[in-house]
Amino acid sequence: MTGTLLIAQSAVIIGGIGFLVGIVLIWASIKFAVETNPLVEDVIGVLPGANCGACGYAGCSDFADKVVSESAPIDGCPVGGFDVAKQIGIKLGQEVTESESIYPFVRCNGGVHCIDKIDYVGIDDCRAVMMISDGEKGCSYGCIGRGTCVRACPFGAMSMGDDRLPYINKNLCKGCGICVDECPNEILVMASKSAAVHVLCRSHDKGKLVKSVCEFGCIGCRICAKNCPEDAITVTDFLAEIDPEKCTNCGLCVENCPQKSIFSTSPALEAAA
Amino acid sequence: MEEVSLFAIAINGIFVKNFLLVQFLGLCSFLGVSKETKSATGMSAAVMFVMIMASTAAFLIYTYLLKPFGLTFLTTISFIIIIAALVQLVEFIIRKYSPPLYRSLGIFLPLITTNCAILGVVILNVRLEYGFIESVFYGFTAALGYTMVMLLMSAIREKTSVLNVPASVQGIPHAFFITTLLSMAFVNFFGVIPT
Repeated sequence: MTGTLLIAQSAVIIGGIGFLVGIVLIWASIKFAVETNPLVEDVIGVLPGANCGACGYAGCSDFADKVVSESAPIDGCPVGGFDVAKQIGIKLGQEVTESESIYPFVRCNGGVHCIDKIDYVGIDDCRAVMMISDGEKGCSYGCIGRGTCVRACPFGAMSMGDDRLPYINKNLCKGCGICVDECPNEILVMASKSAAVHVLCRSHDKGKLVKSVCEFGCIGCRICAKNCPEDAITVTDFLAEIDPEKCTNCGLCVENCPQKSIFSTSPALEAAA
Repeated sequence: MEEVSLFAIAINGIFVKNFLLVQFLGLCSFLGVSKETKSATGMSAAVMFVMIMASTAAFLIYTYLLKPFGLTFLTTISFIIIIAALVQLVEFIIRKYSPPLYRSLGIFLPLITTNCAILGVVILNVRLEYGFIESVFYGFTAALGYTMVMLLMSAIREKTSVLNVPASVQGIPHAFFITTLLSMAFVNFFGVIPT
């Protein structure tokens, strides 16, 4: 009998404390209620919610706040792109026009085709490798291939290929640019989707040196520049560069490159698509 | 119950048995919020409020509910309910009156609920068999000690944030080194109050 009484007393006391506390909190939540703009909640609802900060604000809720108060552009979320901008536009009753989406491409086609100069044993991360005499690769400009960008991608859009180069899945990539910031060797750059021809090399080494370490490196032979009908290609310091403003994606340079270092639409994108 | 002077309780709470640096209670908020003085001040104020209220409420519940019915085994759970409710109340108030502080405290505000320093104060009050005034006073002085160390720490961390420390020690490891040195300094207060 005493056991039952003890249980009853405990239940009443703990239950009573809980009940009182609940009433006080209900009163407090009404008394100290904060007015929030329901529009902000609506906008947060359509945002991707990754809190990546690519918009330049402190997370998705801050961006939503700024969009509603009209201090941020309605298409300011590079991750959601046009779809999200359109949905925010519906919520706020504004028209949105499409702007060009961007994605990163890998400015190196070396990978396993580029020799290693040292036998690296240590932390499996590009930034760690870069601390030791400009990386393990024979080419100090090339992709290190340890997958730091792959791990940094918040959307799982990147993967490491068998040739030790990162591949970007066009469908999953939101163009936030986090991988570009993470890469210690500046391999990745953002480009608009309409630019289809890229030089997949950023080595400024002389042609002979490039050839000795990498199968696909740009040797600065100027054949592409001579063949380009639009004069869109310039070769500076043994490296070809394509001006996306002038380039018409005709593909003549791709056919003529003796080193196969110019590609029409990055092969990384093609492979993953 | 042994008579303890309020002065001794104060010295105990602030220096000799400082919750952060001697008893190592409540360290998560200590390292999390001590990056800048402003949020450290806000956090200390919130902790002080919760500590005093919790000591008061816990004493009343322990003396007038749990002890007469012989239900002292319910001490911990009922104290946790009180602390959780108080923290929720503080959260409402801060969100209403200081949104920037609310944002800078972030997750650490609800985490006061599980802040061991606060449960530590109320449990110690019971264990040391303090009376009502002593209990509340101990809660207040423990919070004073917490505030003092938070301000010390945030001031040091603000000044040292521009130092060129090795990359492997930056951030939290750096804070741990400072904590160690501060803690060693507080060891000097041992024996100030003869036991």
